[in-house]
Amino acid sequence: MIAPLPPAAAARSYRTPGNLVIRIEGVTKLYRMGAETVHALRGVNVEIRRNEYLAIMGPSGSGKSTLMNMLGCLDTPTAGRYDFNGKNVAHMVDDELAEIRNREIGFVFQTFNLLPRSDALHNVELPLVYAGVGPAERRERAFEALRNVGLGDRVHHRPNELSGGQRQRVAIARALVNRPSILLADEPTGNLDSRTGEEIMALFEQLYDQGNTIIVVTHEEDIARHARRIVRLRDGLIERDERS
Amino acid sequence: MTRAIYEFTESFRIAFSQIRANAMRSVLTALGVIIGIVAVTLMGTAINGIDIGFNRSLALLGDDVLYVQRWPWRRVPDWWNYVNRPAIQVEHAERLNRIFEATPNSLLEVAVPVGARGSSVKAGDVKLGGIMLFGTNADYSRIVTAEVADGRLFTDFEANAGRPVCVLGSAVAENLFPGRPSLGQSVDIRGQQFSVVGVLAKQGEFLGLFSFDNQIILPLNAMRKLWGNRMDLQLRVKVTDKTRLMEAEEELTGAMRRVRGQLPAERDNFSINQQQAFKEQLDPVKTGIAVAGLFITGLSLFVGAIGIMNITFVSVKERTKEIGTRKALGARRRTILLQFLIEAVSICLIGGAVGLAITYVTCLGISGALPELPVEFSSSLMLVSMVVSILTGIISGFAPALGASRLDPVDALRYE
Ligand SMILES: Nc1ncnc2c1ncn2[C@@H]1O[C@H](COP(=O)(O)OP(=O)(O)O)[C@@H](O)[C@H]1O
Ligand SMILES: [Mg+2]
Repeated sequence: MIAPLPPAAAARSYRTPGNLVIRIEGVTKLYRMGAETVHALRGVNVEIRRNEYLAIMGPSGSGKSTLMNMLGCLDTPTAGRYDFNGKNVAHMVDDELAEIRNREIGFVFQTFNLLPRSDALHNVELPLVYAGVGPAERRERAFEALRNVGLGDRVHHRPNELSGGQRQRVAIARALVNRPSILLADEPTGNLDSRTGEEIMALFEQLYDQGNTIIVVTHEEDIARHARRIVRLRDGLIERDERS
Repeated sequence: MTRAIYEFTESFRIAFSQIRANAMRSVLTALGVIIGIVAVTLMGTAINGIDIGFNRSLALLGDDVLYVQRWPWRRVPDWWNYVNRPAIQVEHAERLNRIFEATPNSLLEVAVPVGARGSSVKAGDVKLGGIMLFGTNADYSRIVTAEVADGRLFTDFEANAGRPVCVLGSAVAENLFPGRPSLGQSVDIRGQQFSVVGVLAKQGEFLGLFSFDNQIILPLNAMRKLWGNRMDLQLRVKVTDKTRLMEAEEELTGAMRRVRGQLPAERDNFSINQQQAFKEQLDPVKTGIAVAGLFITGLSLFVGAIGIMNITFVSVKERTKEIGTRKALGARRRTILLQFLIEAVSICLIGGAVGLAITYVTCLGISGALPELPVEFSSSLMLVSMVVSILTGIISGFAPALGASRLDPVDALRYE
């Protein structure tokens, strides 16, 4: 059911980065808390290409989640430019952003965020409902996405009938079902024990090999090491951007 | 377009799993709607029933017959203007008929004199009180509202000669001659033997006041031999086109004034009555029921709407994170709005359906216990209550649903 872990020493695959997917230029984000202003991001520049596997790291409060929300089009910058697939999304309104999230971005959350009363299949179908895909095709594609994460035999289980690792796999299947440009995972192993966490990271490895573009936000070095590129944040600025 | 349909079905799916998961809470919330729908449908059924019963009764009077009488069928405050009116006479009918014939395109077909009085009758040792006697002529066959079940009405000859023949209402026939055919039997009316030539079919009660089956019809001339002029004489005038009753009434007024030789300045010294007069008397009763029913309906729907608004707010609050997740997956504002609206509307619809079911069972119970009450459950009531339920759902769910649709996805996702 679960793909075997690649031996630690095994040679990692490197894919050649493709077209530019994300370009962020001079992005800032301010939060006003009463009289106080919090500079969550102070001018971030970053480019991300297709076929990259990138980790965003940094201590708590450094602006990881803020950047992540920005990348995921859940939020817009206070100032700066954000081009997604060549389109400036910095000034888009709610429903336009929803459209982009639906087609271009797959989210994986720390807390899985599955609908508790729906089975795995329906959970995975949800982005396709919002994309206007018909029922038959929806089922077909959701099945396939679940098979791809090793849950082909769990499609009619509800979240409370699945283990934590399996829930996160359902969430990953849901994130990928609409064939997004990027997979965004915010602390995807944060609620899992380390063994299960490693399994999820192995799955990411496999997805990367299949040609997905992956961005993982984490504060754990062990997790970040899986990525081919690490962007380190501190106090709302990029401190280092290194490729391995 | 297809996307809207998928989102719609998805919303219903969520709404029902949500309601199932919170069944008790949903039912309690729907209580106000249930009561409101029961009130509005019971009221509708009551008014409907009154109308049906009333129309049935009025049909007994004939919907194409005008009554010429001394008194109108309504309360008059100035009774002194009526007491001195001249009595209606049999020859008025003859003269009216001559006028009708001479008038081209007359809306009036025939005037029939009818004398009425209550009396008791006997047959053998059976004695019946409170029987209504109607004395008339052979033209009566043209205005009679009942079928002749057995035998015939009397002939022109019998009427003119005042022969002692009679036609019995169905209840009179049953009571005087139980289990026996009444044709050819004789009935003792004020010491005179009348032979039965016909029996009317069952007609029923008039507004629950008196039974049309407790009547006997006999030649007016025979009746006059017994009572002289001590009876209430009226003229019944058949109208050719019942959709033009008002014009017919005007024509009849003119004809009657000519017969009476009234001067233009004089007020009518007779009244023309028709079933419409009764309908007008009933209107305040119906209005009363409607006002009371609508008040109860409005109040319970108001309470229900507030309950549903509250429950939808709670539901939005509880599922803030879910809303954030849905938005992250690409749900647009209107999708979220629709989802919570449909949830509110579904609760209301369930309440409405339960309310309708209660009314339906109540109606069945009533018509089972009191078969003579005309209780009818109409499909328009179903439509009205469904529409009312949906509107209640939309009105009460709108504010919380709008709030949900406008949630910031980041805030919603962070909500615990
Ligand atoms: N909605 C918000 N309102 C006010 N301040 C916020 C909000 N979100 C984040 N911040 C602040 O911005 C800074 C960066 O936060 P965040 O991006 O969550 O950091 P990280 O995810 O790296 O821990 C922190 O100081 C945090 O307190
Ligand atoms: Mg964070």
